[in-house]
Amino acid sequence: MGNKILVFVEQRDGQIKKSSFEAAKTASNIAQKNGSDVEAVLFGGSVSNIEKLGSYGVKKVYFYKNAELDLYAPKSYTELIAKQISDSGADVVLFANTSMGKDLAPRVAAKIDAGIAMDAIAVEFEGSELIISRPVYAGKAILDVKITSPVKIITLRPNVFAAGEPSGSNAEVVTIEAGSVNNSVKVTEIKKSAEKLDVAEADIIVSGGRGMKGPEHFHLVEELASILGAATGSSRAAVDAGWRPHSEQVGQTGKTVSPTLYVALGISGAIQHLAGMRSSKYIVAINKDKDAPIFQIADYGITGDIFEIVPALIEEIKKVK
Amino acid sequence: MKIAVCVSHVPDTAAKINIDANGKTIDPAGVTYVVNPYDEFAIEEALKTKESLGGETVAISLGGDANKETLRKALAMGVDSAVLLKDENYRDSLSVAKALAEEIKAQNAELVFFGKQSVDFDNSIVGQMTAELLNYNCISVVVAFKIENGKITAEREIEGGKEILETSLPAIITAQKGLNEPRYASLKGIMAAKKKVIEEKPAAACTNHVEVLKMKKPASKQAGKILGSDATAVPELVRLLKEEAKVI
Repeated sequence: MGNKILVFVEQRDGQIKKSSFEAAKTASNIAQKNGSDVEAVLFGGSVSNIEKLGSYGVKKVYFYKNAELDLYAPKSYTELIAKQISDSGADVVLFANTSMGKDLAPRVAAKIDAGIAMDAIAVEFEGSELIISRPVYAGKAILDVKITSPVKIITLRPNVFAAGEPSGSNAEVVTIEAGSVNNSVKVTEIKKSAEKLDVAEADIIVSGGRGMKGPEHFHLVEELASILGAATGSSRAAVDAGWRPHSEQVGQTGKTVSPTLYVALGISGAIQHLAGMRSSKYIVAINKDKDAPIFQIADYGITGDIFEIVPALIEEIKKVK
Repeated sequence: MKIAVCVSHVPDTAAKINIDANGKTIDPAGVTYVVNPYDEFAIEEALKTKESLGGETVAISLGGDANKETLRKALAMGVDSAVLLKDENYRDSLSVAKALAEEIKAQNAELVFFGKQSVDFDNSIVGQMTAELLNYNCISVVVAFKIENGKITAEREIEGGKEILETSLPAIITAQKGLNEPRYASLKGIMAAKKKVIEEKPAAACTNHVEVLKMKKPASKQAGKILGSDATAVPELVRLLKEEAKVI
């Protein structure tokens, strides 16, 4: 192994994303085992608290400064990361498996002819070899792979790798004026959705399924989510019926999620849904059908009427909060 | 304009997945294979674009003979021609992208649609890689697409919203659910597809950079406690969430 791990750090609105701290910490965990140094690269006009990456183990941050890079600029981001990999002499490059990471990492891999493993849930050494575990078939199976090219690119599933408590000194920040931006693919606008939290990033998710019996009852899902500080999710049945937007679908043709708590309301647990949420730390299921497959993976279940239980649950949580 | 659509042949999402005795792949016994669900949106968008701008559509798939079934489905939906890049062996995503890029170049396709990911290996990267190799513009995870006078406007799904992007041809677009409503193949389409010849050629040889060591089942999750069958179970649930799971 060489001696540099490079972390791509993602910012939105000038704030570094939590998943990037997770990537930094993971890089530093790998680095401790093989004696690497951790460096980071990020883009934008002005980003808060860049030096704080040091408390997650990053030694040096290359900050390519240009306000035109505030929004995702795929072509320039790709070119600059490829350049930084070469300048740093990095042999492992980590991204968070976010929308941006998923779009960007493969472009970089193709540009520098490197092997890539997406959506890793574990990165471990076996001897001097880095073994990456990643879910396939939406989590119905796990694949262990190794990358054989000189540079190895890995994206990490958010919420799986702990960022831990920050400690230690600040990182050295090297600011580089980032020349002209290639705008052949240009983000012109970001439309934020009404929901505050996205299922893919949330620590708690409250999902509704066919058992909600219609879009007019999803206020129960929303109220419970709001009191728990959770994102709202849906089963495919609820999305296909047109009750809920696809952006909140959990499962094999929606999003694969790993929150701390997943609450399934009126969801029976089709195999493609279970695949997408089974790695949640705690699962609560409320469903009338006691034979529903969701109960086979739920930590806590109530086999009853959601329209009676959910309002009672909301009241009870209000009491203890 | 030549419009290509790249399709893959994958296990149905309702399929139970068992690991093969080789410990590296799934056991195909009893598994139904279908057109990758996201590729149906890609096919539909290719057809719609041809209907509004004219031109010609071609479906490309890399894999074994079984993939012909998926190509046949694309033809039945209305795609003009189909090419199978034959390779029965494992390929990593970059090596798939390299073979597809060669064929796209040979076809001289200026606009290419992919599904945003195949629901087997779930990498969601082949479209972006192919674009990089060809130096095409690329927008991934697209839920709205418009092309006017060569100018492309697309909406791409991101966490908590959408990015609106602009680009130009040549371009690769990867389709997300919500982009359109894929059409059903008509009887006429199915009959016509049967008569069409699927062009077969060996996929370009490439070196893999990612080696599969083993495939395993996820850690099984134990069924937990059933706390009751009505609202009287709620206080206990809240207690467990607070004290055991520590999420409240």
